[in-house]
Amino acid sequence: MPEHTFRVNGEQVTVDAPDDVRLLWVLRDLLGITGPKYGCGIAVCKACTSHLNGKGITPCSIPVKDLQPADEVTTIEGLAATAGQELHPMQQAWLDHDVAQCGYCQPGQIMAAVALVRRVAAEGRPLTDADLDTLRNVCRCGTYPRIRAAIRSGAANM
Amino acid sequence: MPEPIPRRRFLGYVVAAPVLVTAAQLDVAPLPAGAATADITDILDLNDLMTAAALPTSGLISVGVDPDGTVSFALPRAEVGQGVTTSTAMLIAEELSVPLQRVRVTLADARPELLFNQLTGGSNTTIATYTPIRVAAAVARQRLLQAAATELGGAPADLSLRAGVVTDRSGRGIPIGDLAEKAASTWTVPVAVELAPRASFTVIGRPTNRIDALDAVTGRKKFAMDLDVAGAKPAMVCRPPTINGKVGSVANAAEVRAMPGVTDVVVVSTGVAVRADTFGQCVDAVRALRVTWRPGTAEGKSDATVLRSLAAAEIPLGLRPPTPVVEGKFTFHFRSNGALEPNCAIADVRPGRAEIWSALKSPIVAKQAIAAKLGLPAGSVTVHVTEGGGSFGRKLFFDAALEAAEVSQKIGKPVKLMWHRADDSRQGRAHPMATSRVRIAYLGGTVLSYTQRHTSVATDLSHGLGEIITAMAARLPVGDIGFSETFFQLSQQMSYNFGVNSRLLSETDKSFNTGSMRNVYSPDVTCARELIVDQLAAAMGKDPYRFRRDFLRDDRSRAALESVATAGGWGRAMPAGTAQGIAFHAEYKAVSAALVEIDCRPATANRPVRDGVAGPRVTRVVFAVDVGLAVNPRGLEAQMMGGIMDGIALALTSSLHLRDGYFLEASWDNYFYTRQWNTPPDLRIIVLPSTSEQPGGAGELAVAASMAAVACAYGRATGTMPTTFPINHGTLSFTPKPTIPPIPPSPTDGLAHPWEP
Repeated sequence: MPEHTFRVNGEQVTVDAPDDVRLLWVLRDLLGITGPKYGCGIAVCKACTSHLNGKGITPCSIPVKDLQPADEVTTIEGLAATAGQELHPMQQAWLDHDVAQCGYCQPGQIMAAVALVRRVAAEGRPLTDADLDTLRNVCRCGTYPRIRAAIRSGAANM
Repeated sequence: MPEPIPRRRFLGYVVAAPVLVTAAQLDVAPLPAGAATADITDILDLNDLMTAAALPTSGLISVGVDPDGTVSFALPRAEVGQGVTTSTAMLIAEELSVPLQRVRVTLADARPELLFNQLTGGSNTTIATYTPIRVAAAVARQRLLQAAATELGGAPADLSLRAGVVTDRSGRGIPIGDLAEKAASTWTVPVAVELAPRASFTVIGRPTNRIDALDAVTGRKKFAMDLDVAGAKPAMVCRPPTINGKVGSVANAAEVRAMPGVTDVVVVSTGVAVRADTFGQCVDAVRALRVTWRPGTAEGKSDATVLRSLAAAEIPLGLRPPTPVVEGKFTFHFRSNGALEPNCAIADVRPGRAEIWSALKSPIVAKQAIAAKLGLPAGSVTVHVTEGGGSFGRKLFFDAALEAAEVSQKIGKPVKLMWHRADDSRQGRAHPMATSRVRIAYLGGTVLSYTQRHTSVATDLSHGLGEIITAMAARLPVGDIGFSETFFQLSQQMSYNFGVNSRLLSETDKSFNTGSMRNVYSPDVTCARELIVDQLAAAMGKDPYRFRRDFLRDDRSRAALESVATAGGWGRAMPAGTAQGIAFHAEYKAVSAALVEIDCRPATANRPVRDGVAGPRVTRVVFAVDVGLAVNPRGLEAQMMGGIMDGIALALTSSLHLRDGYFLEASWDNYFYTRQWNTPPDLRIIVLPSTSEQPGGAGELAVAASMAAVACAYGRATGTMPTTFPINHGTLSFTPKPTIPPIPPSPTDGLAHPWEP
């Protein structure tokens, strides 16, 4: 079976897997990294949202062969380390606002929030309600208002 | 209704064990006697029934103190996001005077000896367990003080227990962990205890963050599919193109079994199961299978045919009275109760035994059903209850656990079985389509009668709640009626002084996989009622808010309504195409009111949203709740928030479309649950000061008033009372995915597109 080498949460990994296995299953089923969740498998619900080289991705839609050895995949498990802290400011904001209900979508929500705030900051403009409306991550518990409040707090500390 | 005088003295046990273990002894409360009346919920409601059913076994639920100072408790309920592990830990921390973080609440395995005391539903967990858990903790406290008195010398009354340490007057202290063995008993001892008075509460009633929040935000929280069970490889089922279709034959099983990563292909009762190294390879294998299918249970049926069946099953409203009336008929389409965590379970079935892991709200019934399916004695089946990624009614059933057990038995290997989202939406359980007809007769300023006839596709209640109702039937004041009707009667209150009330349910058509969705009948029933109340107010020339306030039956209800009207600025001037709506709902020993503002102007309703539904936007919600004693106001607010989002979805956007024997929806971009672009930018939740010593239920409470208020606001903004829900059901806002293969391909373009949020 082909070998694929890339970085996950600061460590170089090599996995044996067919080229077309999507990154979500490489992470969850082969590497045992279970923070990214399955919610649809077609990049709609965004529960698996993670980062590739700092930008938001849905691992369910990326064949593992597309990754290069220098590519850095960050899942929720590795987010805090990117800020050099126990918790990333966005995770702390999530705690401060007691956002999670069942918690299933929350790793994806937090990773999407960080990606959104980074993107808006890169565009050199403030975060707006319209930006928050563009988030597609489904939360079936409906904690959307607390998500919005937490993103604003987290953004202020990023 | 006056609250009974609280009895604070209770009997509990120190249970024979090597460390301190305590439990409650609670007598069976007599159910009130009485003939069936129109307002039966005044003397008995569904929560009284569930609480009474749970009481006889409450002594089997125990609190333990461990030598490391941890207080442990295995909660015989499911945690699916509603926050019961946190509120339970708070009850124990309060009575036992230990820091919240020292209380470890886990979810109990299925325990058949608990009979009716391990079903999570009806928003009943806190109502039923509030006293038993506190009594068990209070017994532990008393026993720890006695053990410390022996160690330190002196009387227990001279000691205090604070922050997990027993201290005497001279300041000498012993941590409770050091007393865990000394306070234990080698035989079971009955102990009388008094519970902490409400005035002394320092934990109960204080807004508290969830005890599992850190795990949730770091990815450490484990759901069923995150567990590492030896040998349990991913499995999926290739499902039929129509609801409950059956496998005829499989043309290429050997070919699929030879695909990369695939270990097994086997026909099971629900389809063709595949097992592979990864779920991605399961998806590929399911898509590669060539199966001939036999018809299902809803062959040829569509929204239109079901509507005709419902019309045929409707019970007449009766003769039209000679007085003026307002009346209306409303249609509520099928809805999915699927959670974000799809149906899933791990099963390890070996000769003579089986072990199951799944988020289950009725684990005892699941254990019995799985044992029967496998041909094993129930005692040989261990069922572990895992943390659930949402429920909304879905996890009252155990479809995936039963299927995983069958697959594991057939292939002789452990499996981690998960439904694809498309399966979860198309073959998973749905809240039944229903119609509701309401007629109100009035004369001058008096309302004479209220008549409601609710007609629904049959709701499957075979998950254990039906068994509770059956077992308690002889003690119920409702006469000899089926359990759906019993559920309906016991869950529907009449909160207004509307004269003679008559509310009846009739059911038809058992060909669908149904289950109740959050708040069961109430969102539809209440929505229909509140829309007609608006019509009645208009007919009488009264303001919708003042009319409701004048006709509500008690001060507690009025206080909730007045609260939202005041905080929400009822009656403020708003532009054309926008409006306020107001609605009220009482259930689960609680009252609630919602004030909603909606923007139905074309520029808003037609704003572009990629692969989604925009539609009218709820711009503001003010929601008031009096839940009785609020154990955790922050958790209560969270539940209200979720219920409000559900109410918005039910009124405006979320439904299943039935066509040719299957539901068209196969994705979260087909089934339009509330998304960020539908979320009200302005939301205020008011937790009213408690009017009761007892907690009410919260998990489902907010849906009904929210849905109704959105519907009323929509009617007032557009000038037309909506009669079909959700209001966008008539517009199909997506292209249906194929049914063969039953699940869509996994995308490959994740890197080709720049990040799309």
